[in-house]
Amino acid sequence: MQFDSFAEFIAMGRHGFYVWLAYGLSALIIMYNLLAPLLRRRQIIREQAQRLRRERNRSSQVENNDAPSA
Amino acid sequence: MWQWLVRLYHRLGSPKWFYEITEKWIPWLALVSLVGGVAGLILGLAYAPADYQQGNSFRIIYIHVPAAILAQSAFMMMAVAGAVFLIWRMKMAAWVAKTIAPIGASFCLIALLTGAIWGKPTWGTWWVWDARLTSMLLLLFLYFGVMALHQAMETEDSGHKASAILALVGLVNIPIIKYSVDWWNTLHQPATLKLTEKPSMDIDMLIPLLIMIVTTYTFFALLVILRTRNEILLHERKRSWVKKILES
Repeated sequence: MQFDSFAEFIAMGRHGFYVWLAYGLSALIIMYNLLAPLLRRRQIIREQAQRLRRERNRSSQVENNDAPSA
Repeated sequence: MWQWLVRLYHRLGSPKWFYEITEKWIPWLALVSLVGGVAGLILGLAYAPADYQQGNSFRIIYIHVPAAILAQSAFMMMAVAGAVFLIWRMKMAAWVAKTIAPIGASFCLIALLTGAIWGKPTWGTWWVWDARLTSMLLLLFLYFGVMALHQAMETEDSGHKASAILALVGLVNIPIIKYSVDWWNTLHQPATLKLTEKPSMDIDMLIPLLIMIVTTYTFFALLVILRTRNEILLHERKRSWVKKILES
């Protein structure tokens, strides 16, 4: 361990601002890259499942209409 | 060996095979990325000795160098995937190339931002128009160009073609980035790691860097897989195996 206390670790010997700014911005960009595809996946599944249900409903209605009436 | 490669190629070309095999890979890639990231950062930020000239600001290296290496190799992978699409018309290759672009651009942006922040206490300036920094900025714009071409073309197929061509042309920039610190006078320090030479770095500084580089690659693989699976779901939505996933 290079630092004697947590405060010294945060201070990074006068370079704390630069070190933590660099890691903070990187963390933001990395989190965005992880969350974006996960949220997109949920959106795709929701939209496509909806579309599938609509198509199924429509085709079953068409079948009923085609059925010969007594 | 050749037979095996041919079989692997055909399997990789199958969206269903890719989707199912990566289902098993995702938790492992996530675990390795998390453990590697935590270990590499703790060792790099707290245990590596401070640089005798730069002090603690040198600790930015543990995100800056892995991001910069990855931004360049991701561009090469994107160009190779684009070439596979152009030559053999493999749609999986086109989707992989498309998903790499925003991820590679993100790592390029991380390299540029952390480099600027590192430059301020080290060189006394955030930015200089020297060869390394400028060629790296060009890489970011090449990524943006590839992303824009995917959107700008009338059909998806011509978007894939145009961006594959730009990626292949943009490959010229990769050796320029690599040798920029040798060919031109620059503020940027020469390469920290060389494949052909023993590293000049202290071993306690070096190990966290190697951990972070490997971790960045596994995390990149995870991101590419997540985005490619989304492309597969969207494009293969009419297939029965995708419908099963949608209904569950």
